[in-house]
Amino acid sequence: MCRLSLVIVLAAAATVSAQSPALQVGRPPTPDEIRELGSAIAPDGAGLPQGSGTVAAGQKLFAAQCARCHGPAGEGDIGARLVGGQGTLATPRPLKTVGSFWPYATTLWDYVNRAMPFDQPGLLQPPEVYAAVAYVLNLNGIIAADQVMDATSLPKVRMPNRDGFVADPRPDVGKQRPKK
Amino acid sequence: MTRSTPSRRQLLQMGAAVGGSLLAGEKALALETNPRKLGEPLGPYGERSPFEKAVRWRRDSKTPETGSSFTPIHDSVGTITPSALHYERHHSGIPAIDPSSHRLVIHGLVDRPLSLSMADIKRLASVTRIMVLECGGNSAGEWAATTGADVQRSYGLVSGSEWTGVPLARLLAAAGVQSRASWVIAEGADACRMMRSIPLAKALESSLLAYGQNGEAIRPAQGYPLRLINPGWEGNTNVKWLRSLKLTDQPYMARDETSKYSDLMPDGKARIFTYAMEAKSVITFPSGGQTLPGRGAYELTGLAWSGAGRIERVEVTTDGGKTWVAAALQEPRLPISLTRFRLPWQFNGQDALIASRAIDETGYVQPTRDELIAARGTNSVYHYNGIKVWHVRADGTVTNVQA
Repeated sequence: MCRLSLVIVLAAAATVSAQSPALQVGRPPTPDEIRELGSAIAPDGAGLPQGSGTVAAGQKLFAAQCARCHGPAGEGDIGARLVGGQGTLATPRPLKTVGSFWPYATTLWDYVNRAMPFDQPGLLQPPEVYAAVAYVLNLNGIIAADQVMDATSLPKVRMPNRDGFVADPRPDVGKQRPKK
Repeated sequence: MTRSTPSRRQLLQMGAAVGGSLLAGEKALALETNPRKLGEPLGPYGERSPFEKAVRWRRDSKTPETGSSFTPIHDSVGTITPSALHYERHHSGIPAIDPSSHRLVIHGLVDRPLSLSMADIKRLASVTRIMVLECGGNSAGEWAATTGADVQRSYGLVSGSEWTGVPLARLLAAAGVQSRASWVIAEGADACRMMRSIPLAKALESSLLAYGQNGEAIRPAQGYPLRLINPGWEGNTNVKWLRSLKLTDQPYMARDETSKYSDLMPDGKARIFTYAMEAKSVITFPSGGQTLPGRGAYELTGLAWSGAGRIERVEVTTDGGKTWVAAALQEPRLPISLTRFRLPWQFNGQDALIASRAIDETGYVQPTRDELIAARGTNSVYHYNGIKVWHVRADGTVTNVQA
């Protein structure tokens, strides 16, 4: 019986592999499609576009585009609080912000570029995203006021909670009953 | 009603007495003395009876395009959630997508990048699976001492559907995944382009590109026209309005897998990529906010599910945990699906603390709230699956012991 099952499985696998190359579906993406999908940024910085932004430029941009939801100094309102909370994660009242919790600066770039401003995502050009990110990082004391953010400098920013994440150890709770 | 004409009730009693043997009696039952009004004409797309009032409960949010709405699981029967009552969680509203112009692009570390229309996807052999979908943040309020008063608000970010689509493995094979690839970055076509990183192993094992839900196209709020389904994993990974799958050699540490959907522990470390939804159950009748009309016989019922497989057993206590008895599990009992349990119960007008605990086919036992808090503290937000206790009071009112 065991041997028979094995034969069937092997036969099925052979059928699948014989058919796979024949699966003709869809077409190659156009250069425009790939370009439009190219905005996802990896933590090593892969995908970051050319351009750069300063803290000063970011301050002006933040006042114009971000402050109405996040507050003038990123203290939060309709939008999330963006500053503070460092040192609170292990306390009964943790404050999770970009400064205290986010492990990668590239994630901030990716998210601002992808999803902000909330009611007009996609509005900002890459230099504006670099500037906004520089300002928020500076508000959190993570980069100095004269640091410029670009595709080279941003991935090198060391976020305070960079080592604050661990793998999922579950199941970690409760009893286990023997399988039937 | 005259003596010579038997009443409807009398006929019913007679019918019961003679069993189903008298066809003439059945005919007589249908007789009415008054002319009847014609009913409504046939319609192209059905609606439920105007007498049915079950609706989702929408939690307040700062912007109308974000937030969540909860399935009225206390009003549910069976194990399929009507699509119109499926829970929702949106991050930037529900996009209006014309399926004729929607495309899914598979790119990155593949030999043959693919751009697929919906017609392309629907030409492939499909599969259909009944599955539970639960938000990673369902019951998040239960970590706190005071929680939602009823089962909808406290456990309602869970729904059951029949999903139809194409196994993702089939399309990944067509694209030719390169040996360096180990992750799939999935992106939606909502305004915020919601993105999650999915391990390639999961995508190859069980992920589905779904276009059908409960016998029709997926509803706009559920990802029309195409949704990634990752069986047994938190709802957020089941990316709606799917437009891009990028094969990579690393996770992208997206906002929704670092800042959100990670579980903060008391030591200040956060668990990341906590995809699995562990076994969970809750009694939906009687449950918080309901009132038993009087003493007598009732049937307790509720729902159990597990992201790890089938529900093997559900145990119920009606004496605050002193004794537990096995409830009946109603078929069908499918892997990673809502499973309904039932238990006859006599309410004698005395205070009772009632609760259920699920055990899945891996042997995992649904933990108590105290066990969860002892291991994870109260700030991890996601993946609460603790045993839920309802207090049936002597007067028949039911409350949440944590309310």
